[in-house]
Amino acid sequence: MMDLSLLWIGIIAFAVLMYVVLDGFDLGIGILFPFFPEQAERDVMMNTVAPIWDGNETWMVLGGASMFAAFPLAYATVLSALYLPVILMVIALIFRGVAFEFRFKANSSKHWWDKAFIGGSVLSSFLQGVILGAYIQGIRTEQGVYAGHGLDWLTPFSLFTGVGVVMLYATLGCGWLIFKTDQALQQRMYRLMPKMLIGLLIVLAAVSIYTPITQPHIVERWFSLPQLLYFSPVPILVLIFTYLALKACRQQQQFRPFLYTLALVFLAYSGFLISLWPYIIPPSVSFWQAAAPESSQRFTLIGALILIPIILGYSAMSYWIFRHKVRVGDDGYH
Amino acid sequence: MTLGFTALELARIQFAFTVSFHIIFPAISIGLASFLAILEWRWLRSHNPIYQDLFKFWVKIFAVAFAMGVVSGIVMSYQFGTNWSEFSRIAGSVTGPLLAYEVLTAFFLEAGFLGIMLFGWGRVGPKAHFFSTLMVAIGTCISMFWILSANSWMQTPQGFSIENGILVPQDWWAIVFNPSFLYRLAHMAIAAFLVSALLVAATAAWHLLKGRRDALVKTSFSMALWLMLILTPLQVLVGDLHGLNTLQHQPAKLAAMEGHWDTNHEKGMPLYLFGIPDMQAEETKYALAIPNLGSVILTHSLDGTVTGLKEFAPEDRPNSTIVFWSFRIMVGLGVLMLILALWGLWLRKRQRLYEHRRFQRFALWMGPSGFIALLAGWFTTEVGRQPWVVYGVLRTEDALSPVSAEQVGLSLMIFVLVYFVVFGMGIYYMLRLMHKGPELIHSAPSSASDAELTQASRRPLSSVTEQINPPVERPKQEHEP
Repeated sequence: MMDLSLLWIGIIAFAVLMYVVLDGFDLGIGILFPFFPEQAERDVMMNTVAPIWDGNETWMVLGGASMFAAFPLAYATVLSALYLPVILMVIALIFRGVAFEFRFKANSSKHWWDKAFIGGSVLSSFLQGVILGAYIQGIRTEQGVYAGHGLDWLTPFSLFTGVGVVMLYATLGCGWLIFKTDQALQQRMYRLMPKMLIGLLIVLAAVSIYTPITQPHIVERWFSLPQLLYFSPVPILVLIFTYLALKACRQQQQFRPFLYTLALVFLAYSGFLISLWPYIIPPSVSFWQAAAPESSQRFTLIGALILIPIILGYSAMSYWIFRHKVRVGDDGYH
Repeated sequence: MTLGFTALELARIQFAFTVSFHIIFPAISIGLASFLAILEWRWLRSHNPIYQDLFKFWVKIFAVAFAMGVVSGIVMSYQFGTNWSEFSRIAGSVTGPLLAYEVLTAFFLEAGFLGIMLFGWGRVGPKAHFFSTLMVAIGTCISMFWILSANSWMQTPQGFSIENGILVPQDWWAIVFNPSFLYRLAHMAIAAFLVSALLVAATAAWHLLKGRRDALVKTSFSMALWLMLILTPLQVLVGDLHGLNTLQHQPAKLAAMEGHWDTNHEKGMPLYLFGIPDMQAEETKYALAIPNLGSVILTHSLDGTVTGLKEFAPEDRPNSTIVFWSFRIMVGLGVLMLILALWGLWLRKRQRLYEHRRFQRFALWMGPSGFIALLAGWFTTEVGRQPWVVYGVLRTEDALSPVSAEQVGLSLMIFVLVYFVVFGMGIYYMLRLMHKGPELIHSAPSSASDAELTQASRRPLSSVTEQINPPVERPKQEHEP
């Protein structure tokens, strides 16, 4: 008998990773906007993701819908426990999303949509980090129903992970823009990128220290043998990839700064999964306990296994079609 | 912040508010995406630049509507968990997979090809571009398929058992193709196309009234009215079938829609044209009725029996005052749409379609009627489902999250504020584009007199366009470097 719940956790983990990577650099562009006040440059930055951002954001919807389908208990409990940050996050995404269209439709109000884009990007990234931190802290349940208070999520730790995600997305965005722009704008990205990477390294180090101090249940996971041996390369790999990314910036490589940042994201994400396994409502409900009836999981799995490869195919095609550098004066369809 | 409302009431208001705003945008995208696919196909076949210009115009309005549909839709998909966690926990095993299929089959398809549709000119060939438009159009329809299936299952649930208080799906075919699904799907699909047809017709009417007579305006007016001529009678038929389906599966809803309190035995059921159903007094006051017509419509016989609302326990009755009127608003507007379509045909026969100002004003005023009828229809079916969230299985009051009234009150307040500002601006941008009208880029004016007329009428218009920018924002722009 196949472990359907395990397969579904794999699919959800994949969807969330795709979301963090893809919408991560989209949101990062909004976070970097304040550093680039020129309208023409902002147009270029936005146009590097205008044709693809919607597909990127859809991975979050897939993550949510998969959780709803395969682990409805977790979907219900986690979202109601994190009521305010989730609601505020989707509202921030409204501002960010409409700014793509409205900004090019507006005349005199264009600068308002710049602000909406910046505010929406920063706030939704920050709140995603807060949600992540609150999730790592754990969610108090009694018989599967949320038993905590409305503001349990609000702690120094979750605020800190919020800042961490903003930093992470900004770095990804900078790497993406190095890849997608050229000339003067690209040079400024090359100068910005090392600062971002150092900042990110500090944040990652701080989270790695902060988490075990405040979350004792995670200490066991990481610091007992033999796990410690398996996991000990993680911090070393983080250092190596940061170094490689910095070197790639210095050598003015096109794609590698972004690629090595992706490796950092992947490492951080693995650390997150290792810390939580096998809980879907940490620290007490495992994903097997939260599983939907088998018929729900099986019915949806058939579609997921057939359709996700096709989705990856045409998404890749779209990236290929829009693989060119974006320059000042490229207007899109507006 | 809670204004004395309970968390349940606030959560219901929030859901009604956010979903009512949301549904407007997908309705436009569903209709316009197919309209755009038709325009592009005709352009590919005939190489007539009129269709290309019309495409370039409507795609802008489509893009604004689509963006608003995406962001307001994300709110919906997370609200099941944030506000209705007990519904998600108990019934998520059925609705979750349907939603997941919507994401897998529709959302990615739309999002993946939308980029090519909007930005792909010059990067892909015309055929590949048309393929992308087609994929977006098909995506909007697939999306409608799944969400209507989930909604219909909540109205007419079947194909599941209940184990340990959780719904366990037994037969997915029965769940997806539940008894009310195909009727509701057809009714909604036609409604979405009508919404867009009315929008296109009203835009064309506006420019005809302003004096434009070029091929772009005439073609849009003509296409929209042909579509309405086909769809309005079809919608009457489908609506009737949908009503009969409701009579069979949700008799309490139907009785509430008709303000019908006492089961009629051996005499015909009247049809109320006017009345105010009173839930306390259990009667429809100030009634103006046509005898026997209710029986004729619902049972197709002069004195067919229809179950009255009193047959249901008071705690199981939907609010008749609301659905009685929302239903009548929808039907009334439907009748006006039919009149518009038929009048259009009559004028077309007499070749006065583009000259009859009263008709054009009527078409202009009917522009928003599609949205109002759509919302009224959804209010009828959703309020009519109460007090259940899953009909006969789970009550709305038992579906709520364990969240405080303060939290929901706060989020509701933010939603109201943000939606009116953001979507208000979006709707303003759409109206401004429509006001500006399609531009003759590739297509030449059809005759010299046309060209003069077009030029003459377009110049004052474009200056008006600039004037309608809110002047208060002008000085602020100077602060931006």
